[in-house]
Amino acid sequence: MTPAYVLRRLLLAIPTLFGVAVVVFVLLRVVPGDPIAMMVPGEATPDDIARLREAYGLDKSIPVQFVLYLAQVVQGNFGTSISLKQDVLGLVLGRLPATLELACVAIALSVVCGVLLALSATYWRGTWVENAVDGVNSVALAIPEFLWAMLLILAFAVLVPVFPISGRIDPVRAVSFASQFYLLEALATGKFALARELLSHLALPAIALSLPLIAVIARVLKSSLQEVMVQDYILLARVKGFSDTRILTREALPNALLPTITVTGVHFIFLVGGTVLVELIFSYPGIGNMLFGAASNRDLPLIQGVTLVFALLFVLLNLLIDLTYAVVNPRMRQH
Amino acid sequence: MHSAKRREFLRAATAAAALGGPGLQALLWSKEAAAQIGDTLTIAYNVAPPSWDPNTGPSSVSPGLSSIYRSIFDPYVVQREDLSLAPGVCDQFAWSGDKSAITMRTRKGATWHDGRPITPADIAWNLNRLSTLPAPLQSIFASIKNIKVAGDNVSFDVTPWRANMLERLTFLGCYLIPPHHYEKVGKEGFEKAPMGSGPYMIEQFERGSFLRLKANKNYWGGAPAFDTVVFKFATDAATRIAEIERGSSDVAVDMPWEEFDRLKTKSGLTGVSHPTTDIAMIFLHNIGVMADPNVRKAAVHAIDKKLICDRIQRGYAKPIDTLLAPEYKGYDASITTPYDPKLAAELLAKSGFSRDKPVEFTIQTTRGYKPKDYETVQAIVEMWRRVGIKANIEVYEIAKHFELRTQHKLAPAAFYNWGNSTADPESSLGSAMFSKSPHTSWKGGEVDAALSALFVEKDEAKRMAGYKALNKTIADNAYVLPLFQFYQPVVWKSALSFKPHLAGFIQPQAIGRAGK
Repeated sequence: MTPAYVLRRLLLAIPTLFGVAVVVFVLLRVVPGDPIAMMVPGEATPDDIARLREAYGLDKSIPVQFVLYLAQVVQGNFGTSISLKQDVLGLVLGRLPATLELACVAIALSVVCGVLLALSATYWRGTWVENAVDGVNSVALAIPEFLWAMLLILAFAVLVPVFPISGRIDPVRAVSFASQFYLLEALATGKFALARELLSHLALPAIALSLPLIAVIARVLKSSLQEVMVQDYILLARVKGFSDTRILTREALPNALLPTITVTGVHFIFLVGGTVLVELIFSYPGIGNMLFGAASNRDLPLIQGVTLVFALLFVLLNLLIDLTYAVVNPRMRQH
Repeated sequence: MHSAKRREFLRAATAAAALGGPGLQALLWSKEAAAQIGDTLTIAYNVAPPSWDPNTGPSSVSPGLSSIYRSIFDPYVVQREDLSLAPGVCDQFAWSGDKSAITMRTRKGATWHDGRPITPADIAWNLNRLSTLPAPLQSIFASIKNIKVAGDNVSFDVTPWRANMLERLTFLGCYLIPPHHYEKVGKEGFEKAPMGSGPYMIEQFERGSFLRLKANKNYWGGAPAFDTVVFKFATDAATRIAEIERGSSDVAVDMPWEEFDRLKTKSGLTGVSHPTTDIAMIFLHNIGVMADPNVRKAAVHAIDKKLICDRIQRGYAKPIDTLLAPEYKGYDASITTPYDPKLAAELLAKSGFSRDKPVEFTIQTTRGYKPKDYETVQAIVEMWRRVGIKANIEVYEIAKHFELRTQHKLAPAAFYNWGNSTADPESSLGSAMFSKSPHTSWKGGEVDAALSALFVEKDEAKRMAGYKALNKTIADNAYVLPLFQFYQPVVWKSALSFKPHLAGFIQPQAIGRAGK
């Protein structure tokens, strides 16, 4: 994992992003749905439609539109949103931190709970605890995130209202932030009461997103732990008189984590992309929520912009996962 | 490795309950607390404003955004709950004697949110912008010409003439913005710092999440009842229902009828479902078998609209037989197309069709775009089947519907809705049936000729008589298939009072404290 390797991976992102841009651009213009037709009311005339089509650049051929679009993108201009009438890149970067915070809290929850479940199932292997963990995992995997979202709202926001239902912060609270990373900023500036409130708003959407991933992590890690626990060095540790807890957490877990890191990384990417429905249900102002609105309104520039940013994010996350794996696995550092 | 001892587990669980019990109790929901109304009114709303310029782009043609825009921006003329016109920022308004021009007087004492007075020059600036801005409705407002200011009055010619221009000035895309502020901050600046003259001012806007407004104490119409209003944007109906049920929102709109029925019976909540200016209809496209008047008339008479309203819409819809709802100008209750399946079968038989040899065509519909849209079409298809019409349902997205409609490529039958908050027949009958409009499915010379004459008719009595006559012609020939008038469900805390608006607006200024 040399700097040259990292640079090569980053350069390879360019053709990837170009491919994504082409596919999305063409698909959006081929699938049904004309943003101008959706925009005009009953009294509008064909002249109104033609005028609007020209104003938004939709009167040109698809190849011409694409060339113009690409020329703008390489200069950092992703166009102007048809529905929101603002710079697309600004809009996307403005909402991305909210989604990243949600995804990070969800992944942290997934890792902590998944690891705890796997450790519990291994520690109490062969007992009702392991069976319970397996049962919980099955249920968590079987139910999709959006359904978890609705069940969590019913349970913990309506029947026993412990958490807020929607939004990122209490709308009545007058508070301003210097950045869009609200939680990070609150923690960094020592505003712990505010951070608690932000976390309470994040709780239900993060739980909904994390439940399936908790199950995946618990299963993969449990399986890895069971393989590792029969290794010779574990037997040596027992002979040396180490406690079961120490053997599990300090001898077996580090080696069992490697496959889990890869799986977690891959699922993290899916998690970021899968925030759309959860953000919609919780009215959480992230990029997924914005993408839903853009798709409903056939806001072509905004859909394209969000997709490109997601693609770039995925490329970077993939690289981060590979680097993390290399750090954890000494054998990979040599490559 | 270890066996989990049941005793250990029970000890741990009891300890957790003992420690967590008081904490949990503190968090438990109090029905009484949830029913309280403070100085802040919170509305769980289904649409978020994409832009703060209410006069351009998609924002300017979205009726759902009117509730929010009308809280912050004033239209030229106010529209009461029954759709009648009332003095607004323009406290007097009238057509000239020859109906070629409109004069409006600027209200004295009306101010923008920054305290500067609204002047006749401001009104003129807004009218000029309305008539020249490249917006979805520019072709209508391009009729505003020769704008003049004389004292407190602003007058303009309406060329070409539009009968419902005054009604239009209460409706979509007709909000007043302060020229001094807009010219200073520019288009992008206005998006970041919008300003109006309405009863509320923007305090904080979190895109996709909420809008917090504070009362404009100097509002010309009187200070509003609540110091603060929060619109919580909840696109998903389940979220809005959860908000009102928990008590964290005071008003919630648009939910499935089953949920509405459940919520309105809950202690501390009140619900009303009121008719709106939105109607459900089936566009008929005179292609293929639909060119046959017997088939069209049979399709109309085969539908039991009352049954659909009672069973599928749970009583929350009103059958209609024309494109004009009862509250519209020109409505004629004597125009009916009764449910008569026997007549429908006879009409089809004249064209050689029967249950054994049914006429076949496609009906297009959305699914979930409007309440029970797909279920309504399913019921209609079954009613048709019983008389000898075999309709194949094609489900598509609303985006596809708009695309096909502007290209005049809709199927012989297509379910849709049509809103008309001006209550003037030109905005519904006129726009939906005029074949030069991009939104028409029916192509008929007879209708076009009649509408072309009505569009320029200045005698209001003749114009209304003309629309009534055309309405009858359209009903008799089944050029379109009106179904029912939509109702709007609204649920609010019983400590509030709420005045429903026929156009479906949920305006905070129309919400007060019960008993006050």
